[in-house]
Amino acid sequence: MFYGVELTSRLMLGTAQYPSPAVLRAAIAASGTQVITVSLRREGAEGARFREIIAEAGCRILPNTAGCHSAREAVTTAQMARELFGTNWIKLEVIGHADTLQPDPFALVEAARILCAEGFEVFPYTTEDLVLGEKLVEAGCRVLMPWGAPIGSGQGLRNVEGLRAMRAHFPDTPLVIDAGIGTPSDAARAMEMGFDAVLLNTAVARAGDPVTMARAFARAVEAGRLGFKAGLMPRRDMAQPSTPVFGMAELG
Amino acid sequence: MISVLGGGVAGLCAATALAERGLAVEVIESEEAPAPVSLLAGGMLAPFCEGEAAPAQVVQMGLSAADWWEAHGAKVHRRGTLVVAPARDAAELDRFARLTRGHEWVDPGALEPDLAGRFARGLFFRVEAHMDPCAALAALRRQLAARGVRFHAGPARGRIVDCTGWAAAAHLPDLRPVRGEMLMLRAPEVTLSRTVRLLHPRFPCYIVPRGDGQYMIGATMVESARPGPVTARAVMELLSAAWTVHPAFAEAEVTATGAGLRPAFPDNIPAIRRAGERIHVNGMYRHGFLCAPHLAEALAGELVEELAPCASN
Repeated sequence: MFYGVELTSRLMLGTAQYPSPAVLRAAIAASGTQVITVSLRREGAEGARFREIIAEAGCRILPNTAGCHSAREAVTTAQMARELFGTNWIKLEVIGHADTLQPDPFALVEAARILCAEGFEVFPYTTEDLVLGEKLVEAGCRVLMPWGAPIGSGQGLRNVEGLRAMRAHFPDTPLVIDAGIGTPSDAARAMEMGFDAVLLNTAVARAGDPVTMARAFARAVEAGRLGFKAGLMPRRDMAQPSTPVFGMAELG
Repeated sequence: MISVLGGGVAGLCAATALAERGLAVEVIESEEAPAPVSLLAGGMLAPFCEGEAAPAQVVQMGLSAADWWEAHGAKVHRRGTLVVAPARDAAELDRFARLTRGHEWVDPGALEPDLAGRFARGLFFRVEAHMDPCAALAALRRQLAARGVRFHAGPARGRIVDCTGWAAAAHLPDLRPVRGEMLMLRAPEVTLSRTVRLLHPRFPCYIVPRGDGQYMIGATMVESARPGPVTARAVMELLSAAWTVHPAFAEAEVTATGAGLRPAFPDNIPAIRRAGERIHVNGMYRHGFLCAPHLAEALAGELVEELAPCASN
């Protein structure tokens, strides 16, 4: 449940960098996603034509504040997004470092506090830091979106143990792995670990065939989720024979 | 009489192909219309490189572009395209190679001595070319005028072929603007003889030599209808990309900047569209100089057939 919204697809898709809006539309359809993110910072209100094409896809729009480097920029962008899309949902991204695009935790919490107070339903792009996660929840966020790896890096889940700890620490908060997913198996792994959804963009948009890749991710996310729900077998140090060792013939 | 609306690359190519088939043509340029965005183009004739993101159809249309322009008075530089990437983005080169054809791996310094030691490897698209788009369009205008084609501000007197780009949006509901921003630099210290593309996950850029130390640096792609001048962010991105290719670009003079709205259809493929009697050649996106000749010839072929007297009856 994401702010009271139940989703049947646990894959969320970004809409940047596709070869064309036509390919984007086909990829959205192939992914089965119900939530797509849209950036606003650079395009501004004048990006209407592209947004109309995106809106036609019929998905729930999660506007984002990609490209914002301060709490103020992010808050202004979020307010514009609410006006343009008529939604309280906002994926809050406040970049702290131009090179790694990692979030600025202090500005993130500040912006989250302001936006939650204004009635936004905030999806903060954060790290796996537990204290930061707590501060965001305290600010009013009811979803957290920890990174798998830096945006666009395709490195997958860079700190698996940290993410595992985060899952355990926030058992009741929906957690979405956002950013860094490179391959369908990365997405499957995140879902097997019990995350509620994954959000990705580059891995599909910049694939040789984005539509087929969207389909691959849809299946991976579903497989990972089913695996988690079914209960994964524990890992063992030794082989465990599936036939009993007693009663074997004693040769010699 | 056929009235071609718009004096950008789509309009002038269409008028040329129609006039060459003996059809009566005029070119209408509205006085209120902004200057054609084609004048801000890079002038790359690089079908294979475009194939990284563009569908095969665009590559196919573009294969004959260099010959067409050369046959129509443009000075086409057949020097190929060199594609490089910063060391830490080297994986982008492998991706580019996977998604394109018509290339070979090279030592960039062996082709462009100014880049010696700066990039370990590059992709060379040997058959690609570049030209000065403003000079190429001026040549088409001269040839059309010499054929007696009139240029005026209207009203149109004949069958309409609308090549007005984004200004035709009211007729084409699925047309959208994709803002592009570019810079012109004068960098006499830098000697590049061919188009150089720098791959970067966020700010890819190309540098097209225009001779005499002049370089065109382009171009951003923003899904926006904002018409104003270039943004500081665009200038920063383009200059830092140019600087990555060669640090001497930092000492260049910025001689001009430009921003315009590329017209694009949802599939980003330039096309001929018919709406009743009105024919559109539009959606040139970033492929105007590459695809306009092909579309112009196709259009002229169709119209010659349509307008021919039915002699057999």
